[in-house]
Amino acid sequence: MPKSLNIVSANCGKVTPGNVEEYVRAGGYESLKKALSMQPRAIVDEVVASGLRGRGGAAFSTGSKWAHLLEVRENPKYIVCNADEGEPGTFKDKLLLEKDPLCVIEGMTIAGRVFDSHDGYIYIRGEYRSIQHSFQKAIDNAVAAGYLGNNILGSGFNFHLHIMTGAGAYVCGENSALLNSIEGKVGRPRIKPPHLAEVGLFQMPTLVNNVETFACIAPILRMGGEAFHAIGTAESGGTKLVCLSGHSARRGVYEVPFGVSLRDIIFDPELGGGIAGGKELKFFHLGGLSGSIGCPAQLDTPYSYECLVRTGLSVGSGAVVVADESVCVVDYLKGVLEFFLHESCGKCIPCQKGIRQMYTIICKLSEGKATQEDMCLLKELACMVTNVSFCGLGQTSARALMSAWKHFEPEFAAHLNKQCPAGVCKL
Amino acid sequence: MTVQPGQCNCAAESFTERDVVAIVEKYGREQDQLLAMLLDIQEASGSSCVLREWAAIVAREIGLPLSKVFEVLTFYSMFSTEPRGRYLVEICKSAPCKMCKSDEVVAMFEKELGIKLGKTTPDKLFTLMHTSCVGACDIGPVAKIGEDVYGDLTPEKVSEIVNSYREKN
Amino acid sequence: MQPDCKNINLIIDGVPVSVPEGTTILDAAKKVGVKIPTLCHHPDLKVRATCRICVVEIKGQRKYKTACSTEVWEGAEVITNSPGVQQARKMVLELILAEHPQACLGCLRNTKCELQALTAEMGVANKNRLKKTVKVLPLDDCNGAIVRDASKCIQCGRCTEMCQEVQTVGAITTANRSMSYDVTTAFGKKLRETTCVYCGQCTTVCPVGALYEHDDTEKVWAALADPNKHVIVQTAPSVRVAIGDEFGLPAGTFSEGHMVAALRRIGFDKVFDTNWSADVTIMEEGHELIHRLTNRGVLPMITSCSPGWIKFIETFYPDMLPHLSTAKSPQQMFGALVKTFYAEKAGIDPANIVSVSVMPCTAKKIEAARPEMNDSGYRDVDIVITTREFARMIRRKGLDFCALPEEHFDDPMGVASGAGVIFGTSGGVMEAALRTVYEVVTKKELHALDFKAVRGQQGMKTAEVDLDGTPVKVVVVNGLKNARKILNEIREGKADYQFVEVMCCPGGCVGGGGQPVGTVRKTKASRMEGLYTADHKMNIRQSHKNPAVISMYKDFLGEPLGEKAHHLLHTHYTPREQQ
Repeated sequence: MPKSLNIVSANCGKVTPGNVEEYVRAGGYESLKKALSMQPRAIVDEVVASGLRGRGGAAFSTGSKWAHLLEVRENPKYIVCNADEGEPGTFKDKLLLEKDPLCVIEGMTIAGRVFDSHDGYIYIRGEYRSIQHSFQKAIDNAVAAGYLGNNILGSGFNFHLHIMTGAGAYVCGENSALLNSIEGKVGRPRIKPPHLAEVGLFQMPTLVNNVETFACIAPILRMGGEAFHAIGTAESGGTKLVCLSGHSARRGVYEVPFGVSLRDIIFDPELGGGIAGGKELKFFHLGGLSGSIGCPAQLDTPYSYECLVRTGLSVGSGAVVVADESVCVVDYLKGVLEFFLHESCGKCIPCQKGIRQMYTIICKLSEGKATQEDMCLLKELACMVTNVSFCGLGQTSARALMSAWKHFEPEFAAHLNKQCPAGVCKL
Repeated sequence: MTVQPGQCNCAAESFTERDVVAIVEKYGREQDQLLAMLLDIQEASGSSCVLREWAAIVAREIGLPLSKVFEVLTFYSMFSTEPRGRYLVEICKSAPCKMCKSDEVVAMFEKELGIKLGKTTPDKLFTLMHTSCVGACDIGPVAKIGEDVYGDLTPEKVSEIVNSYREKN
Repeated sequence: MQPDCKNINLIIDGVPVSVPEGTTILDAAKKVGVKIPTLCHHPDLKVRATCRICVVEIKGQRKYKTACSTEVWEGAEVITNSPGVQQARKMVLELILAEHPQACLGCLRNTKCELQALTAEMGVANKNRLKKTVKVLPLDDCNGAIVRDASKCIQCGRCTEMCQEVQTVGAITTANRSMSYDVTTAFGKKLRETTCVYCGQCTTVCPVGALYEHDDTEKVWAALADPNKHVIVQTAPSVRVAIGDEFGLPAGTFSEGHMVAALRRIGFDKVFDTNWSADVTIMEEGHELIHRLTNRGVLPMITSCSPGWIKFIETFYPDMLPHLSTAKSPQQMFGALVKTFYAEKAGIDPANIVSVSVMPCTAKKIEAARPEMNDSGYRDVDIVITTREFARMIRRKGLDFCALPEEHFDDPMGVASGAGVIFGTSGGVMEAALRTVYEVVTKKELHALDFKAVRGQQGMKTAEVDLDGTPVKVVVVNGLKNARKILNEIREGKADYQFVEVMCCPGGCVGGGGQPVGTVRKTKASRMEGLYTADHKMNIRQSHKNPAVISMYKDFLGEPLGEKAHHLLHTHYTPREQQ
């Protein structure tokens, strides 16, 4: 089995970004042409067959999502691309937006065709402002070449793509919050039900998918859903863009087929290449800060949705933050909770106030001032915030803490005794 | 009416109601373009902020209560209602960059700019601050100035970068 | 139940129950006798599910569900009070308490606070295990109507929904995020520097003591204690069907007799009735309508009794001010007449009269303080207290409200018609006006006095009345969102009404911002019922047939819209800046 592939990222670095001619020469827009001659149902069937799951982090079956929306009668429907890549340690959507915008545009256009939608929105985070400009050029080029806009390729199908900007709010990565933000409002998540497929953007049925998910659509139609699925594992079709950061020797984005091991991702010379400076791996943080922390004993777990979940890990956004032995896990978690403390939207009590209390305790721990009672309270808080919070942000905010606690209990205990084994915390 | 910019710097004084209205009009007075409008105002104002007076003009022009514009301004971390430097020097503080010693980058900029984190230089040119992940973890620790991201930083490189912005003014 | 409405069978705490499809777990639990605690939930507002206190466990599911927002499904097994659920709820409550001042004894909402009640129910001891971070924020109490004590706010979001979505005033909003998340005004300004119209609806939905009426009871006590002052009081129509709530009477109980007795015991020299001046209002406003109809005046004419509404139109629709009737509100007509007509009649120096009003409304405090409201030569109404403040005075005086004998208002400003009584509900002013206008215009006796089309709690009610061949189209709106709709229609020329009644608060004054805490739609319906029943029982049900009004015009004012009436009973309006 190859350890890396170029399916979704095939054009990255090979085609001038946004250049339609080069993109078409590389096989681009073949899938859109195919889609224009297919029945919507048949396209959805291909997506179902591909086993594609949402690449933004929630990993919901894209086929099911599309099939559900296809059943919704109300019109107009909107196609929304979630390009609010805010999960720290994640930069794979940025790669696609920068290096192969037309592939994302093609995927969205195909979705537009499936749902007879005429307007698509791509919500690009404010921190990627320069990409908004280059992406707009790609849109303009696609329109000029007849692949976007009115009467696409003479088919009579119209699809217009609009770029919307974020302005710095991690919670907007949550789909309903993202829709609120597109509407020019504060990006706090909505109450569900109603499902976004029924009441979404501007109160209309809406499809929201991640950048990488849309980028998978053209390859799926090109190679066929089943062939795409065959690349991965039984429950994880295709490939995944993984982002190596932290103390990895070869930081960057790599496309791997599902099923490779975590060890391969982190240590293979073609991929992560091990730990920078030849140090030892201490832990790795998968899927962004909302994901779980794994320890070296889990390295042989295959990288797939089903295998990771069995060991308490998850694919999430595809982030792989690698930490060497110099990192103190308590200090690291302090940073994680500080992030959630900064990003909580404030709407619900558990997240707004619970994270703050958790952060207070972890700070005490890193200062050697925490007590055994504090640790009991921390566990209770983490459990409550996970079970009771309004949206995914709060529900996942304690995941890193709880997983790390399991693997590194002695290190936590040492801090209670005013010792930081890594020598990071000032006790 | 000329906008009264309060305790603001000179850059903002040349930014008037007409400029605000022009930006609102550029986006067709559409409420769903509020974020884009406010980001543009911040940038064009030269003071990286949206003052109450400007927010009030936006609210009036697009038919929203001022409180709703205020809610948006306080929700998104890229906005400020207090004047800041023309250039925001933002150091990523998220886990991957922090591991790669982003604190040292903060120190480099503090030294080069002669200000502490969170402060603005006396010439109102730079404000040094933290930011969430900017998606450049492969070259961390990174600094973002305006739309440009700089990675693999050394004190010499920092000095060079800061001077390039100084020369622009 | 409608035939197409499916029933859902589920089990709650081991008890099987069948409820209509679409019922929430919260409501379904009530059917099996289980009260699930709530905090952000309010029956008249949207489901928000943000406090998370109502979480329940569902068998077979890992995550808890909020009972207020989750609809039942077939076969669901709900456990409302498992140890895990209890622990989570207590933790949520503890988190709130860790940031709450807990200065209950000095709080206006002491014993009437939802957070306090919840804490008592759930048995959360004052544990100190969480980090206490009580923010001390400045008190905004300078506008004279509404006090905002942000330190006590628990960020439930009810008031912001009321202000932004129900009233579309946009004065208060949520702002910031995470631990800075708060309920505030644009740029943290004081309410009087915002678009606030002082309707006080926020104070009726606030579960704690973060928003409440400006308490003026001390001023009243001081006036009553001054031997040189002749202190009179007027009571608005809707107060008599609301005050009983404060003393355990069923919602909507018509307790006029007890109320009058209570006011006498408190020490007022004269106890008068705003219903009397409501009849005067109909004389003026009715004739103004007729004048506009016959002289090509600006139409439709819009009522002007509701001061929150007046501030609203002055702020948001200043171009529409010519549509407003120039007639003052009953409170202000009363005020102008008490220091002229009554003073003259009773031989009292108006300088020594203290005119107090008991109102269902916080905006009335602002109305009385408007600089133009001094046509008597003095401030027409000196002190305005709300129903809630009145209840506080009764308690302070140590009166057992329900045990008081039933007494009558004093003469001459205590005699009213049924038309005056129904001013307290949405549609009442319209109905009262029609009862008079019909007879004045047609010179015929009106037999069917009930205009049922304009009654009830719907936001917008329309009717057409035949004035002996001349059809008059009328519309009644309550709640400012509906007022906005009708104003937009008028502005765009899409409405062909001649007469519009607008009440600021949803339901009209029975749902006023100064009414007892806990007023909800159901309460308002009972109060409306109470008023219509009282009207129905009265001998005189038309304003122009009120003998006390007739003689006042004869002895003092002259004609409706006459010179003296114009001077004392009519006013003008001022366009206001939005920001």
